[in-house]
Amino acid sequence: MHLIPCPCCGPRAEDEFHYRGDATVKRPAPDAGEQAFYDFVYTRANPRGWHVEWWHHYAGCRQWVKVERNTMTHEIRTAVGPAEDIPEVQV
Amino acid sequence: MPARPEPIADRYSAWRLLKEGLGGNKGWKPAWRKPEPKPHYDVIIVGGGGHGLATAHYLASVHGITNVAVIEKGPIGLGNGGRNTTIVRSNYGLPSNTRFYEWSLKLWEGLEQDLNYNVMMSQRGVVNLFHTDAQRDVAVRRGNSMRLQGVDAELLDRDGVARIAPFLALDNPLFPVYGGLLQARGGTARHDAVIWGFARAADRRGVDIIEHCEVTGIRREGGRVTGVETTRGFIGAGKVGVAVAGNTTRLADMAGLRLPVETHLLQAFVTEAIKPLIDCVVTFGVGHFYISQSDKGGLVFGGDLDGYNSYSQRGNLPLVEHLMAAGVSMIPAFSRLRVLRQWAGVMDMTMDSSPFICKTPIDGLYFNGGWCYGGFKATPGSGWCFAHTIAKDEPHAFNADLTIERFREGRLIDERGAGPNPWAQ
Repeated sequence: MHLIPCPCCGPRAEDEFHYRGDATVKRPAPDAGEQAFYDFVYTRANPRGWHVEWWHHYAGCRQWVKVERNTMTHEIRTAVGPAEDIPEVQV
Repeated sequence: MPARPEPIADRYSAWRLLKEGLGGNKGWKPAWRKPEPKPHYDVIIVGGGGHGLATAHYLASVHGITNVAVIEKGPIGLGNGGRNTTIVRSNYGLPSNTRFYEWSLKLWEGLEQDLNYNVMMSQRGVVNLFHTDAQRDVAVRRGNSMRLQGVDAELLDRDGVARIAPFLALDNPLFPVYGGLLQARGGTARHDAVIWGFARAADRRGVDIIEHCEVTGIRREGGRVTGVETTRGFIGAGKVGVAVAGNTTRLADMAGLRLPVETHLLQAFVTEAIKPLIDCVVTFGVGHFYISQSDKGGLVFGGDLDGYNSYSQRGNLPLVEHLMAAGVSMIPAFSRLRVLRQWAGVMDMTMDSSPFICKTPIDGLYFNGGWCYGGFKATPGSGWCFAHTIAKDEPHAFNADLTIERFREGRLIDERGAGPNPWAQ
């Protein structure tokens, strides 16, 4: 079970959330061209490791949360609000 | 029909069993060798699962290409070949899928003779239940689509379902069973035997199966593949075929390609062994739940994805609870059973829920992946089509639509119509 640290509600179980995919994908400008829109709709980096992704806290505060989670270990490093950026990690 | 392969040396037969039994069983050879990698092969297949081994088998048996290596990072068959619910069927609605999966089912029907190996193929029938008038309409449409394409489909009413599956909660007040769509030629096969059978058949025709050898890079010169870097050194190749569903993105990264794929978890479960109860495959029409009974007696079942990107090969608890609830709703007696084992595999989930078997922009590099939930039933068809695509450098009609370019061209094969959301497929 993932315990997701919602910025509004604190740590909450994964089944209070809907997963909504890769949060690094941004809608391109209307004139960005076909390739940009193809990548926006279809292609994904799909990393084996750290992944920034959307979770919608539908059974809690109903906020969209941006979560940095490891797709290999399921470790969750950070969760921030939708307008915020994931802080850089000092390695 | 394709050329039928030659019988393999070192055949298994009743006569051989008797002879070896009387001789102390000293004459059996290992089902596949453990060769050292050669410096160069005509074709290298990356991934020693069912699809990779099947590809090697059909390259050797149908196309006569035997200077082939299958490279696997661990022991063969420990990925999704060993982590599935063993269901075989071809009850799809869209022609691109039906053509391919029906060819795969036909190969399954002759697979044991082809491989000289008992894969325990059992055509016990697959029933998809429906519980509303609207679901019945969808089932009728899919059944008609199947029949128009020469695939068997039979619409059962409630009593028809009751005859073959009396253990179901037929009159559940929330979701009574209105009937089901039966594909009688569908069924199950023994997943590990499929791996071993393809490995042995490929090995006996000269294919090198190289285990514990992980690919770390794909070497290219002037837009053409020249071989693969591995943990056991560079191995040259004229052509490289990648069949590593779950990890296809990682191989694509090595070749500088981006794919419409996310990697997701799918769990499956086995209960303790019980006396014969379920002699077909049944799928629930309310939750996503499918169940059959193995020859050992355990009930084998699975359901939805966990629903988030993961390469971990271990499932999570919310899905377990959801799945057990669906199972008990469908078969109330299910609540008295104990679950013996649980496992999770990692799926290539594409943006339209259909796979790809295709060429890539790099000459001599071919991709086979995106199998979503459907990889096991596709094993022989996937290997057959991939072998054709590699040998002829062009797809067969059966896999001509299964490209990666279909997303760019708007020719999606979206059986479910769930949009470009892999977790919803």
